[in-house]
Amino acid sequence: MISIDIEKKLKAYKGQQVLRVRQQFPTGSITKIYGPSGAGKTTLLKTIAGFNNPEKGKIVVNSITWFDADAKINLPPQKRMCGFVFQDYALFPNMNVLQHLEYATQDRLWINRLMVIGKLEPFADHKPEYLSGGQQQRLAILRALATKPKILLMDEPFSALDPEIKSTLIAELREIFEELKTTVLIVTHNPQELDGITDRELKIK
Amino acid sequence: MDLTPIFLTLKLSAMTTLLLLVVGLPLAWWLSRGRSLFKMVLEAIITMPLVLPPSVLGFYLLLAFSPQHGIGKWLQDVFNVQFVFSFKGLVLASIIYSMPFMIGPIKSALQQLPVSLSQASYSLGKTRWQTFIKVLLPNIKPPLFTAIVLTFAHTLGEFGVVLMIGGNIPGVTRVASIAVYDSVEQMDYHTANIYSLILFAITFVLVIGVFVFNKYRLKSPLE
Repeated sequence: MISIDIEKKLKAYKGQQVLRVRQQFPTGSITKIYGPSGAGKTTLLKTIAGFNNPEKGKIVVNSITWFDADAKINLPPQKRMCGFVFQDYALFPNMNVLQHLEYATQDRLWINRLMVIGKLEPFADHKPEYLSGGQQQRLAILRALATKPKILLMDEPFSALDPEIKSTLIAELREIFEELKTTVLIVTHNPQELDGITDRELKIK
Repeated sequence: MDLTPIFLTLKLSAMTTLLLLVVGLPLAWWLSRGRSLFKMVLEAIITMPLVLPPSVLGFYLLLAFSPQHGIGKWLQDVFNVQFVFSFKGLVLASIIYSMPFMIGPIKSALQQLPVSLSQASYSLGKTRWQTFIKVLLPNIKPPLFTAIVLTFAHTLGEFGVVLMIGGNIPGVTRVASIAVYDSVEQMDYHTANIYSLILFAITFVLVIGVFVFNKYRLKSPLE
């Protein structure tokens, strides 16, 4: 269970905008997060992962306090170990597909399975610049799953995938989420694309 | 023909570059992360040798490391080390003088890497150091190479700083650039010409090397 009650100032050209989120995400739930551009969807994911800090509030995950502004508790991202799919993929230009996964885990069987799910076996020795946009996005998803995270934060994770690949990939991912009992938060600007995948939703205004 | 000044120059450049790499990498990395007044002042100090006359820098180093007082006296008394008019002094002065050439390119290359690269690595449980070695450093190879070569080449061409702190002691502090000046002073244009040509050739090859390396990197197919 993720329990969030935070307030964070957002960077804006005009005036001050504040992101306020008070929400609970049960273990194993899959939530879609949507709302207008600049509302703070990405900021929310990055705050949970520990890449930035809210000014006020608390983040508690499975009864462990990750962040508490009053008690000055702030677990570093390395200890939170959320799987994170970045909107810009954030792939490592110096590593090929296989090396990305090997950097994250030493579990060979798991790596092999992920490669099959992402249909990336033929490209194992390719570096990101020699992958198509869709392949890059799949690699970003696989890398985030490599550590078998308990929490997976995905920022527009399916935007570059064609419909056919998307639906088979999503079916495979659901199996994995169930297996790992992963709590998943998916940011999207197109909520319909996630119909039937997610069981909860959060609109950020 | 005495080639000692050339060898001395190459030795000085190699040692300066190596030591600056060891000091410069972590320093550039630290400077590239976040901003503070202290970092800004430190960066300004590191950049000063770019704009300051080398003789001014050499003069202050001479004062600072003079064995008669201050740090120089302390180093002499406690460690029995003398920087003035010694090869060690040349290395120290060169490190300070060439520092902006090592730090500048590395720092700006690190700053240009998307912050999400580090964040992705942290989210995989990797420490800052692991991230630096495995993710950041391999992705700034061309600017790193440029920084190394520029530092080496810049040290080859030092004159004012080296003359102020090292003087002109044959076999100890008389590097090629000083040997050129010394030869001209003695109207020995032939020797000056040979030293100059060798220096010109080495630096030209180095600079060409940087251009070729960077061009090759851009066009490289599957590495």
